[in-house]
Amino acid sequence: MIQRRQLELWVGLFVAAGLLALAMLAFRVGNLASGAVTNGYSVKAEFSDIGGLKVRAPVTLAGVRVGRVSAISLDPSNYEAVVTMELDGRYNNIPVDTSASILTSGLLGEQYVGLDPGGASQYLKNGSSIQITQSALVLEKIISQFLFSMASKSGSHKQQ
Amino acid sequence: MNPLRWLGKYVIDSIQGLGRASLFLLEVVSGSRKLVRRFDLVVQQVFAVGVLTLLIIVVSGLFVGMVLGLQGYHTLAKFGAADSLGLLVALSLVRELGPVVTALLFAGRAGSALTAEIGLMKATEQLAGMEMMAVNPIERVIAPRLVAGIIAMPLLATMFSAIGVLGGQLIGVGLLGVDSGAFWSQMQSGVSFHEDVLNGVIKSIVFGVVVTWIAVFQGHESVPTSEGVSRATNRTVVYSSLAVLALDFIMTALMFK
Repeated sequence: MIQRRQLELWVGLFVAAGLLALAMLAFRVGNLASGAVTNGYSVKAEFSDIGGLKVRAPVTLAGVRVGRVSAISLDPSNYEAVVTMELDGRYNNIPVDTSASILTSGLLGEQYVGLDPGGASQYLKNGSSIQITQSALVLEKIISQFLFSMASKSGSHKQQ
Repeated sequence: MNPLRWLGKYVIDSIQGLGRASLFLLEVVSGSRKLVRRFDLVVQQVFAVGVLTLLIIVVSGLFVGMVLGLQGYHTLAKFGAADSLGLLVALSLVRELGPVVTALLFAGRAGSALTAEIGLMKATEQLAGMEMMAVNPIERVIAPRLVAGIIAMPLLATMFSAIGVLGGQLIGVGLLGVDSGAFWSQMQSGVSFHEDVLNGVIKSIVFGVVVTWIAVFQGHESVPTSEGVSRATNRTVVYSSLAVLALDFIMTALMFK
């Protein structure tokens, strides 16, 4: 029979190893370290087309992640998409005339919201909305535009 | 025997078995209140069901993670998305494989041992002997084992997932040349602590309850002969594996939308 002190030591080690594994899953594998928004504030923006933007997508400024998309809904009065973003409280000096555009990381990657700061002296605060927005580029629309312009060009060549 | 009668007897027997198992669980849970003062009994059982299961969990976790890394890499590389390997490995482990494979191994390693131990105690009339000495065997023998199983199972499952991620990293980054930064950053941006990690932990707690419950119930119900104990051990592994797989499907459908 194993000694009682040794047994308790093993169980203590076992529980500590389990908690360590949970901490690793939380901070190294999961997003608990980066996902905690400290006293954040939410900002709204209206887009005519959000493409494939999803809730929890990152919001970046100059490539640095400053928040995440917390909700997406439709404004029934003008049929525009309302994107609510939760911004990190550390970045509380973003000008009110900042513009927001929906960008794609890589050619086929995830879509995210990119902020482009303006020059106003007033800053965005909780509940304010971003006025200047640029919708997502939808690949099919671009291709069809390209094809149409090609077709019209070749048509005008034939006429000449 | 008339087949219709056989069917009726089968259904009645199964329902009665379920009812007995539920009453048994109720009795054990009410008996486990007294364990607060005798926590050393639980510690002893955590050693038996947890620490002694650790080796098989660590080795299987490592190998499952390494296989996920190898298989996932070749499939993802076809779509030019090999950088997402970390996300694939971590999500599969944390959401599904960690809790489920750990529960299956736990049923095979710890559950069968619990059933055999309790069944043998019954066969050699140790449980009856305890009752003769006015010691409640439910409180003294069964309850510590159930509590220990519920404590040990989530710890084992998180260790399985964590080791599996390291195994996937070993193969993905070390052998196949996925960029280490992309491996971890894709993982961190895709795995949510509340939605993925905690739901995996909840799953493993449920599996811990179910597997240990089935194991102690089968041991306590077993026919007190060597054949009866062997059958009870067999039933523990089969029933708890089936219960784990069925519950996993239901919980996945409810948790991840």
